[in-house]
Amino acid sequence: MTTTSIPTLDRAAARAFVDACVVPAAASFEHDERIPRSVLAEVAALGAWGGLVPRDFGGTGLDMPTLGAVHEEFGRGCSSLRSLLTVHSMVTWVISRRGTAEQRTEWLGPLASGDMLASFCLSEEEAGSHTPGIATTARREGDTWVISGRKKWITGGQIAGLYLVFARTDAGISAFLVPAQPGVAVQPITGLLGTRASMAAELTFNDVRVPAGAMVGPGGFAPGFVLTAGLDIGRYSVACGSVGIIQGCLEASARYARVRHVGGTPIGDFQLIQAKLADMVTAAAAGRALCERAGRLKEAGDAETVMATWIAKYFASQAAVKAAADAVQVHGANGCTDSYPVARYYRDAKIMEIIEGSSELQQITIADAAYREDPR
Amino acid sequence: MTTDPRAELRSFLGSRFPQVELTDEEDIFALGFVNSLFAMELVLFVERTFGLEVPNDELTLDNFRSIKSMSELVQRQTGQAQSSQATS
Repeated sequence: MTTTSIPTLDRAAARAFVDACVVPAAASFEHDERIPRSVLAEVAALGAWGGLVPRDFGGTGLDMPTLGAVHEEFGRGCSSLRSLLTVHSMVTWVISRRGTAEQRTEWLGPLASGDMLASFCLSEEEAGSHTPGIATTARREGDTWVISGRKKWITGGQIAGLYLVFARTDAGISAFLVPAQPGVAVQPITGLLGTRASMAAELTFNDVRVPAGAMVGPGGFAPGFVLTAGLDIGRYSVACGSVGIIQGCLEASARYARVRHVGGTPIGDFQLIQAKLADMVTAAAAGRALCERAGRLKEAGDAETVMATWIAKYFASQAAVKAAADAVQVHGANGCTDSYPVARYYRDAKIMEIIEGSSELQQITIADAAYREDPR
Repeated sequence: MTTDPRAELRSFLGSRFPQVELTDEEDIFALGFVNSLFAMELVLFVERTFGLEVPNDELTLDNFRSIKSMSELVQRQTGQAQSSQATS
C-alpha cells in the first residue's frame, strides 16, 4: 500500500473542513436522518476514516492527541458524523491492535480509504454495558462460524460494510469480523432524540456464516482483551466530541449575544448571559484538558489512560448537556428552532451522557477506583 | 535478560489494591479484583513496562491470573524477542 497520497490531518485541517462542509449542512443531515454519501466521501478525502489505521495500510496513522482534536472538531460540527467516525475508529483500532496479519491486509485498506465503513456491534435488547447479557451466539461448524442473534442501537448500521460482532461461544464472549451480506437484516432506527443522522440500525444475523479466521483476538474473554480496547477508543472519541459540542455552544452563543438586542442593549452586556458564556469557556477548557491527558496517556500506552478516559467522558458529556441547555437559554425562543444550531446541540448532548457507558456507569466505575486505591 | 518482573508486577498491583498483600501465586481473579477494565489495564501495563506486545494466543485469563503467571508470560515473551534478535 502506497503512502504517497495520504493527506496530513490535524486539528486545523479538520476545523477548516468542518466549517466548510459540515456546519452549513448539519441541520439538513439531522432533518433527513442521514449523511449523504458525497459528504462521507469528502471525509474520506480528508483522511479521517483512517485516523487509527497505520500509514503502511493507507491510514493517516494519527497520534492519539491529534485524533482527539480531530474528533472534537467533528463533534463541533455534527455529532452524527462524529459518531460514525467513532464506531469506525473503534473497529479499525481493534483490527490494527488485535487483528491477524491476514485481517489487517484484508480490511484496513478499504476501511482507511472510507470505501468501506464499519460498525461496532455490541448492544442488544438485554445487553450493553452488561456484556454477560449478550445473547447473540457464534457456533463452530467445520471451518466456519455461524452467527445468530440481534444487535440494537448500532451506529452506522444502515451503511456499514463490515460489522465487528460480539457473540457468545463455548469459550465465552468472542469478537468476529462479519461483512455485510444478505443474511444480515438491517432495520433502520429513526426518530431518535439526538444524533439522528448517525444511521443507527437494528441488525439481525440469521445464521450468518463467516470463515474460522473471522475471529478477532482471543477466543473467549473478548470483553477483557478486545471489547474494552474498542470501547476505550469510543469513550475517548465521545469525550472529545462532547468538548466539540461545548465549543459549538460557546461560539453560537457568543455570536448571538453580540447581535441580539433587548431594549437597545446587546444581551451580551447582561451579566447573567456573561455567566453562561464564562461557564462554557471554562467547561470547554477543562474538558479539553481532560481529553488531552487521556490522549497523551493512550499514546504512551500507559494503563492510566483507562481511568483518565472514563473521567474525561464523564465530565465532558455532562458539561456538554449543561452548555447546550445554557446555549438554548441564551438564544431564547430562537434557540428552540432549527434556525440556530443550539437545539440540535441540546438533543445531541443528551445522547453523549448515555452512549459508551452512561453517566451512572461512569460514576460507579470512577468511585470503584477511588475505593480500591484508598490504602486505609 | 530481563530482570525478575515480579517486583514491578507486585508494585503495579499494590498501587491499584493497596489494602491487599498479594503472594506470587495468589489468584487475583478469585479475589474478585479483575473485571474487563482491569484486564485491559494489566495488558497495557505489561506491554509498556516490559516493552513487548502480548500476542493473541497469550491473551488468556490464566496468563494474568497471578504475579507468577504474568511473570512467566513476560519471561516467555522477552525470551522469544531476544531469541529472535539473536538469530536475525
